Amino acid sequence: MNLSLRLAHLYPKLMNLYGDRGNIICLRRRCQARGIDLVVDELDIGDGLDPKGCDLIFMGGGQDREQRRIVRDLLDVKGESVREAVEEGIVTLAVCGGYQLFARYYRPAVGDDLPGLGIFDAHTEHPGENVARCIGNVVADWDGDTLVGFENHGGRTFLGPKARPLAIVRSGYGNNGLDKTEGAVYRNAHGTYLHGSLLPKNPHFADHLLRLALRRRYGEEVDLAPLDDCLEQAAHDAAIRVASH
Amino acid sequence: MAAIAAGKLAGIASRAFGRGGGTALPGVLAERIDPRLVEQLAAQVGHGSVMVTGTNGKTTTAHMLSSVAAKAGYLPLHNRSGSNLMRGVATSLLDQSGPLGRLFQAERRLGIFEVDEATLPEAVAAVKPRVLIFTNLFRDQLDRYGEVDSIAARWRDTLQAAPESTTVVLNADDPSVAALEASARGRVVFCGVDDRAPALDEPEHAADSRWCPDCGREYDYDLLFYGHVGHWRCPGCDRSRPEPDLRATRVLLEADSTHLSVATPQGVVELSLRLSGLYNAYNALAALAGGLELGIGAAVVCEGIEAVAAAFGRQERFEIDGRHVQVFLGKNPAGLNQVLRTIAALPGDKRLLLLLNDDIADGRDISWIWDADFELLAGKATSVVACGRRAEDMALRLKYAGFPPDLPVIGSAAEALDLALRQTPAGGDLYVLPTYTAMLEVRALLARRGGVAPYWEEQP
Repeated sequence: MNLSLRLAHLYPKLMNLYGDRGNIICLRRRCQARGIDLVVDELDIGDGLDPKGCDLIFMGGGQDREQRRIVRDLLDVKGESVREAVEEGIVTLAVCGGYQLFARYYRPAVGDDLPGLGIFDAHTEHPGENVARCIGNVVADWDGDTLVGFENHGGRTFLGPKARPLAIVRSGYGNNGLDKTEGAVYRNAHGTYLHGSLLPKNPHFADHLLRLALRRRYGEEVDLAPLDDCLEQAAHDAAIRVASH
Repeated sequence: MAAIAAGKLAGIASRAFGRGGGTALPGVLAERIDPRLVEQLAAQVGHGSVMVTGTNGKTTTAHMLSSVAAKAGYLPLHNRSGSNLMRGVATSLLDQSGPLGRLFQAERRLGIFEVDEATLPEAVAAVKPRVLIFTNLFRDQLDRYGEVDSIAARWRDTLQAAPESTTVVLNADDPSVAALEASARGRVVFCGVDDRAPALDEPEHAADSRWCPDCGREYDYDLLFYGHVGHWRCPGCDRSRPEPDLRATRVLLEADSTHLSVATPQGVVELSLRLSGLYNAYNALAALAGGLELGIGAAVVCEGIEAVAAAFGRQERFEIDGRHVQVFLGKNPAGLNQVLRTIAALPGDKRLLLLLNDDIADGRDISWIWDADFELLAGKATSVVACGRRAEDMALRLKYAGFPPDLPVIGSAAEALDLALRQTPAGGDLYVLPTYTAMLEVRALLARRGGVAPYWEEQP
């Protein structure tokens, strides 16, 4: 059987701050290595999203200016279909600024709240321009394993009762530097502050996303062939090593 | 005065104890004692100063200007070797002054200061340069500098506070640099490339300023040279690339040289650089504009620029046991893409040594390697070695760019260099691509084996 998956990449040019492209490169190569055809649709401002026509949704982070530029389009043009897609169980990954916009709102240090999609029961507050940003290497416990990456965010995200954290921080700040939570999960939607890029050196998490997407499309019996992940694991271990310094 | 004496003592101590070139330490001490020190010393520089800032090209452009100043008979005072924070500027001035705060041979001096993009406001306020050059603006070490927009805002503030007597040289082809014209209080000179030959067919991923800050529309490009640098115009409002005062009408890129014809207000000049890559054509244009604005004759300016072989770690060549080794510093996606393109265009077998460190001076965040187009060299290298504190991440990036996944991954720069040299036959080429601190390390290793002077001895 020829397997294929479709990924909707939201605002690839505007939301691509911290090597977000690496996540797409990773998914593409890991599909390719298994003979899965991954089609990537790049959706910019003005482009609609067909919730029935995609298996994965990805959105990266951007500068403040870029986030303000896309937020109206995200809410008015794509919002309804992204919410519908998530309710249908479409596998979603939103990183950093993308994660913040998938939550309920962002409250800047000065100025009006920036509304989000409300997919995650969470909100973000900026504690003030004079408070240090959360910057550094992160190691977090996830599903009996670890996630590694780098975080760089001014806003602190707090989860509401309906959101559960993606991971629990072992070192680094995570959502807010206070409660050890990192990221959020709702159905098959995942939000995280980790870049680095995230997926290349967390191949188990990349495969988790691909497996969820494949099973949703082709049924529970479909699985992913294992790949030689020696180098991926070495980079994962190196990130743990630097984070503990 | 106590500050100057303390600063000088620290410099002597630092060099005596072998702690690098002592290029940062004496300035640090002196600056803590008297923040007006740079201002007092810079005011004595007889022929005033030229300052260079921007994401990429600072060191090479300043190096060219220093060579121009020497050819013109000035005594260049230059904060070389990448000491481009305030303490580096202070150190270069302190090194050339007596304990009583007198600059030696002050009347013959021309200051050439390359300044870190975030340090610019303080440096301009203290030095009050005659000419201020902006090369380009790209994302670079976001964990350290913050976002590109905040750097642009800082530059606008700097220009609004700068003296009217400061001439500003701007890259017309970089929209975010060209936009600084609106903040400049004095004379503005634009440089740009007119020749279509070096334009890209496909846009690069590493572009930052693709949207008009006034109306938010995405720029249209008639020509795109690299990143977001090219012939841009906004389809939504009337902003577009300004007509350059210095236009490169011919850019001929060769393996180890670059030939330019530049139309200047003083006529057409021909320049032959001993450097390759389009980015060095832009550096030469900026240096040419700077030299002319300082009032130096075109022939002398060209002679000075043409004499430059390579700045510290930037296309610098070493001969090791009959192998040709060339070091290309690469520290952000836009700059590294220029390096990757330049190497891809070189003839012959390519052997590569890539070194990725994540020290503070490199940026702790290494995610930027995923924004650089290593794919440009996939399938073109005979051998590859990945090295540095984040060697595994570099190797992984290369694997996903289509390089063989079994490439050697080595933490130690000395061991990696040995292996890369062993893989290179006599007469062959080895290209070394390090981040900043890895460059210092590998350069020291090469210098030890190839007999190149350590960088603090480079002062003219």
